[in-house]
Amino acid sequence: MDLKKIYEKIGFPRLIIASFLIVLLITAAILNIPLSGIWQDIFTRFGMNAILVLAMVPSIQSGIGINFNLPLGVIFGLIGALVSIELGLSGLSSFLVALAVAVPLAIVAGYLYGLMLNKVKGQEMTVGNYVGFSVVSFMCIFWLVAPFRSPELTWAMGGTGLRVTLSMESSMGGLLDNFLAFRIGATKIPTGLLLTFAILATIVWIFSKSKKGTAMRVAGSSEAFATSNGVNVDKQRLLGIVLSTVLAAIGIIVYSQSFGFLQLYNAPLYVALPAAASILIGGASLKKAKILHVIIGTFLFQGLLVVALPVINIISEGSMAEIIRIIISNGIILYALTRKAGDAA
Amino acid sequence: MDLLQMQNIGKNYSGNQVLKGVSLNIKEGEIHGLVGENGAGKSTLMNILFGMPVIHSTGGFEGEMIFDGKAYSPKTPTEAMEMGIGMVHQEFMLIPGFTITENIKLNRENTKPTALSKVLGPKLEKLDLPKMREDAKNALNKLNMTIDEYLPVAGLPVGYMQFIEIAREIDKSNLKLLILDEPTAVLTESEAAQFLEVIKNLSKMGIAILFITHRLDEIKQITDSITVLRDGTLVKSVATADINIIEMARLMVGREISSTVSEKKEFDDNAPPFLELQDLYVNMPGEKVRGVNLKIQKGEILGLGGLAGQGKIGIANGIMGLYPTKGSILKDGKEMPLNNPREMLNNSVAFLSEDRKGVGLLLDEPIDFNIAFTSIEVQEQFINKVGPLKIVNNSKIKSHARDMISELDIRCTGPDQYTRFLSGGNQQKVCIARALTLNPEILLVSEPTRGIDIGAKKLVLDTLVKLNKELNMTIIITSSELAELRQVSDRIAIISEGKVHAILPPDASDEAFGLAMAGEDLDGVVK
Repeated sequence: MDLKKIYEKIGFPRLIIASFLIVLLITAAILNIPLSGIWQDIFTRFGMNAILVLAMVPSIQSGIGINFNLPLGVIFGLIGALVSIELGLSGLSSFLVALAVAVPLAIVAGYLYGLMLNKVKGQEMTVGNYVGFSVVSFMCIFWLVAPFRSPELTWAMGGTGLRVTLSMESSMGGLLDNFLAFRIGATKIPTGLLLTFAILATIVWIFSKSKKGTAMRVAGSSEAFATSNGVNVDKQRLLGIVLSTVLAAIGIIVYSQSFGFLQLYNAPLYVALPAAASILIGGASLKKAKILHVIIGTFLFQGLLVVALPVINIISEGSMAEIIRIIISNGIILYALTRKAGDAA
Repeated sequence: MDLLQMQNIGKNYSGNQVLKGVSLNIKEGEIHGLVGENGAGKSTLMNILFGMPVIHSTGGFEGEMIFDGKAYSPKTPTEAMEMGIGMVHQEFMLIPGFTITENIKLNRENTKPTALSKVLGPKLEKLDLPKMREDAKNALNKLNMTIDEYLPVAGLPVGYMQFIEIAREIDKSNLKLLILDEPTAVLTESEAAQFLEVIKNLSKMGIAILFITHRLDEIKQITDSITVLRDGTLVKSVATADINIIEMARLMVGREISSTVSEKKEFDDNAPPFLELQDLYVNMPGEKVRGVNLKIQKGEILGLGGLAGQGKIGIANGIMGLYPTKGSILKDGKEMPLNNPREMLNNSVAFLSEDRKGVGLLLDEPIDFNIAFTSIEVQEQFINKVGPLKIVNNSKIKSHARDMISELDIRCTGPDQYTRFLSGGNQQKVCIARALTLNPEILLVSEPTRGIDIGAKKLVLDTLVKLNKELNMTIIITSSELAELRQVSDRIAIISEGKVHAILPPDASDEAFGLAMAGEDLDGVVK
């Protein structure tokens, strides 16, 4: 294999971002920033975000493109977590109850959203963005009037309406992060977190190798081809969006338990863009996505944020790191949207 | 003196040589005819001459061109236009909402300076509408057109649009050479006659004309000299007076249409039909079917022929359920559900679409997957059952694809290659391989040889005949090429105006086919 082929396989954006990441890591070492902490952060943030990125895979494969309506699934994930806190559960049972509540709700919501998307073929990404905004705004009202009574959840004064940020310390905070966790030197590896992602990724991978998954992928690549081969395209798209919504719901529960807080109100809005950016950095296109893209993309994207933050804060003033994060994530989405086909990797 | 000399022009599209060593000379003011079959390289040659971007984005061309005494190698159509070359395309390039004047003067508007333009440059000058109307009127008059130049283009008859396109070209003061690509294809007979008159007038005004058409009688009628292309090479350049139409046709086709067609099978007309279409209506845009009745026997190869737009393509698409269909389809006496591709596949009916790239293939998936997919989906072949899961067996797909590749001689780098990178003929073979894998009782094939080279054509047709013989597969083949239908079919149904106009044996006379295709009454033609 000559250099050109290797270059083509890796692709220009990944090459740029990977080299930027390496430069940052070297700079961090020069600036005496403890690398063990950085690696631990990279692993943790990878585990936190990877499932949300994984949620993009079924929606891309079924032909809907990037699911900008990730907030829909996220909201039901949050409701699941809220219910388990309201019930006063802790540990594994609180996690499982959250899932048990969230997943059925996400299935129903994803199905209804899918019915709508089948009426707006070709516009899914634009429509998804606006549905996301609408749903999040609507839920802002819901959070205020929701019938949760646990003092952990509601405002201290008045006793009704949910708080903006809720601690999960008493329920499932850090549950997966600490499961089977071990240390390499000073770096703590969040085994349970990574394992959860690995299990879900394997399920999605096996699904994509199955007869059903194959039909879904075909429906996504060419509607005319799929129809003429007896595939019901609308049904496959429903399946894709339901899977994506369910993964988003699971993803936010896993994210929150690691983060330690549930974020309500406007927070779900900020889920879709980084996830979209991650999978696109990973090499997916609007038509094709693989598990490998999820892993590479999440690692590069989160790695960049984790390393850039301390390094740039030392080198420059103020909140440069945050600004750079926004430039990178939006820039990558823009780059991917301007490309017609994905790479062959 | 020659106005245009093209010398040793060659062009290949990603390894596929479509033009080789073609030379073409056109004198000032002459009408030069360019003839050739579909795929002979006419369009490519014109694209080179007119500097179309598709040429340069695929690596340019070989050879030299001299226009008006100067070396000439246009990179864009604008460059070609500046040199004095105009082109009227097969598809109209008019803006429907604009008036005739605006369309004729598009991007070359007459303008008057205004206060604003003196400050901010000539782009802001005001349109000089009276002058534009006058110019447009002049151009139309030269074409003997008596139409009001202020009418919008939308809603005009297609014949008029053709004239407006030409008016636009002759309004350019420097026009020296006008390329007409199949200009009479959309015209009625009287329009075409008027059109040919106009062409002659233009030539008298000193404009050289390069005339591309399938209609040999027109070529014979108006051109001064003729160039014949076949399979991307120059066959002959000759003065029109020295050649007759039959000779022209022979040069163009270049091979005797083989009279040794495959042996025809005899079928008992009274036997119950294997597939029967009763009063079938298919609403396929451009190819509407309006009440077709057909009976097809088991093991038969039925050809569907006819002119484009008459509905022959619609029949197979309708049977497969890809377009809204009415009527009834009986297979083995059993009524088939309409508008349901899945059920047709379940009932062992397979379809090779005429739209190979759109419907027939997944261009961004490898060959092996393309071959196996329908069988995975419909028949659950290539599947390993793991508990409740049905996992697709990739290694089985791959080895099956390898067998198919060697059996059908698919030229590729291996089963992993994406079908997008295959040539048309090899793409068609992949489609056939998929149908073979499915092993259907009835195979519907639409335009199997469209856009593929002769060698592949033969292989594709031979494969169909072989399937029919060895597996007793019933085949309905739809094709615009009558010659190939006559080679393979047992019977040929000619479709005209959405109905079966005649059913002919393949050895019926050329006149019988010609009349049937034209929708003429057949009394006395069929014995």
